[in-house]
Amino acid sequence: MTDTSQPTKAPRSQWWDVWDQFKTHKGAVIGATFFLFVVLAVTFGQYLWTIDATYLDIRARNQGPNWGHPFGTDQMGRDLFAQMLQGGRTSIAVGLSAMILSLVLGTFVGVVAGYFKKLDGILMRLTDLFLALPLLPLLLVIIMLFRDPLRNAFGPETGIFILIVSVIGITSWMPTARIVRGDVLALKEREFVLSARSIGTGPRHMIFRHILPNVMSPIMVSATLGIANAIITESALSFLGLGFPSDFPTWGRLLNDSVVYMQQYPERVMWPGMAISLTVLAVNYMGDGLRDALDPRIRGR
Amino acid sequence: MLTFTIRRLILAVPTLLFISLVIFLLLQLAPGDPMAQVPLTVPPEVKERMREALGLGQPIHIQYIKWLRQLFIIEPQVLFDHFFGTGFAEGKLRVISWQWRGPVMDVVVQRLPQTLLVVGLAYVVGVLIAIPIGIYSAYKQYSFFDQAGTFISMVGYSVPPFFSGVVVIVIFAVGLGWFPSIYDTTLVVNSWDTFIIQLKQMVMPVMVLALQTTAQISRFMRASMLDNLNQDYVRTARAKGLTEKTVVLAHVLRNSMIPVVTVIALGVPGIFGGAIITEQVFKVNGIGQLLITAIQANDLPTVQTITFLFAVLIVLFNLIADILYGVLDPRIRYD
Repeated sequence: MTDTSQPTKAPRSQWWDVWDQFKTHKGAVIGATFFLFVVLAVTFGQYLWTIDATYLDIRARNQGPNWGHPFGTDQMGRDLFAQMLQGGRTSIAVGLSAMILSLVLGTFVGVVAGYFKKLDGILMRLTDLFLALPLLPLLLVIIMLFRDPLRNAFGPETGIFILIVSVIGITSWMPTARIVRGDVLALKEREFVLSARSIGTGPRHMIFRHILPNVMSPIMVSATLGIANAIITESALSFLGLGFPSDFPTWGRLLNDSVVYMQQYPERVMWPGMAISLTVLAVNYMGDGLRDALDPRIRGR
Repeated sequence: MLTFTIRRLILAVPTLLFISLVIFLLLQLAPGDPMAQVPLTVPPEVKERMREALGLGQPIHIQYIKWLRQLFIIEPQVLFDHFFGTGFAEGKLRVISWQWRGPVMDVVVQRLPQTLLVVGLAYVVGVLIAIPIGIYSAYKQYSFFDQAGTFISMVGYSVPPFFSGVVVIVIFAVGLGWFPSIYDTTLVVNSWDTFIIQLKQMVMPVMVLALQTTAQISRFMRASMLDNLNQDYVRTARAKGLTEKTVVLAHVLRNSMIPVVTVIALGVPGIFGGAIITEQVFKVNGIGQLLITAIQANDLPTVQTITFLFAVLIVLFNLIADILYGVLDPRIRYD
């Protein structure tokens, strides 16, 4: 009788269960594949498609899609496909960096507020105040104010990159902080935290070893939503003319530039617009699937 | 309930003060100088007096308090005077724009109707479409309608208005020629024909904004309905022999509307923010467009006032959402 109680399967990490559940969500798998494809395309595309995005070929201007220029050329004869690749690199880089910044801020505030009771009141009031700020107007104002000083300090492209990433990060950490705080508060009452404390675990060890790994799921879901939000915000800023300089393509910038020509060349609006929308759609689907996969109540059913 | 409301009202005051401080301090860092366009031939001491006349020479905290006084006391007095014909605000200094040297609020009041008409109508249309979609999607979960509805709301959620706006312009204005691509705010509606023109030019901006609203609200409505459809009281209602229509539309819907109503209230300030972009796409000269031009012209008082108005909207609708939640759901009244 005793030998039948041997485990028949090797123990699996919970992340395998999450992956199994994630695979059943068709939209999420397609979304994740598409997002991975876009990331790979904009990272390595310039090595395969070697036309320089800023090269002016004035004789080949305003061309429709053809074999030499699959997406056509713009009014200065720049190859739109190369511009889309380079623009995508900026847009995705802004999206990922702003997401990481907002996650780090949000997780920090959430964990500190949830774990240290004394700081909870102050930090949550601060979060509420930030949530009451009108974000889009403030973003526009901040960029208008700090664009020139940062440009002078770090050069036109890096300066704007730092500015946009930090501004989006600073204005989007609040939902993450709230969710993480709630989870930390619930975790603190669990037995394993009590037992860890009983063997003399200090706060730092407790947070990094026991609390943080257990709040990974809401953080990952906020991460995907954060990418989508950051890409849209960056494009909106570029669209309003308050983003990157005009010779430096991003998807929002390309969309803004092509709106002037939408009567003559409507397809030019489509490339960057579709790129933004499809990427955001893919990321949102990925987030949906991830939320389902990370929810233990749904998983395994 | 009353104490709860009063407590929330009192809490709103420090929030507004904090936001006004943030907006004020941020704009004090502005590198732009309103004296930049004064000719070089004007002697420096005259320039200095002009700066003082604009209130720029004083220390920051005095400027802040003066601005607060203008914002919280004088401007409401002007509004009061306007409605009741009294003279409280006579001779007092209002918030003056650096662009057109007139009171900011006068122009804001001129621009507000355009924004309210387009944004308000879009929100109402969006909510009215979203609620039935949400109800039906949840009731027929995993049906074809639900799958299609979820997909479309996901698309509407992901496509930014500066792209969907351009797409509808390309299709309906450039391609089909049904609607004008530029919103004409000088149009006066005084006959049937002008009314039709007004309707035509409103269709596209309303459509674009309503798509976003519909996407968000229908997702909430569906989730909320699904939460309630599996509850015990629904089984009880069915067991009593109530018709399916009564169960869904009277019992489940009423309970599902509680979170949705607060989401609707919370979404109102957000849609004003989104209108900044939509107004830019369709060239509606509303309040968002005023903000963008003021930012480009370095007109600090206008930027401050409009940003603060947006903040007031957010605080106000948060308050409304909180109170509505208490009114609708007796379980979470705090007293």
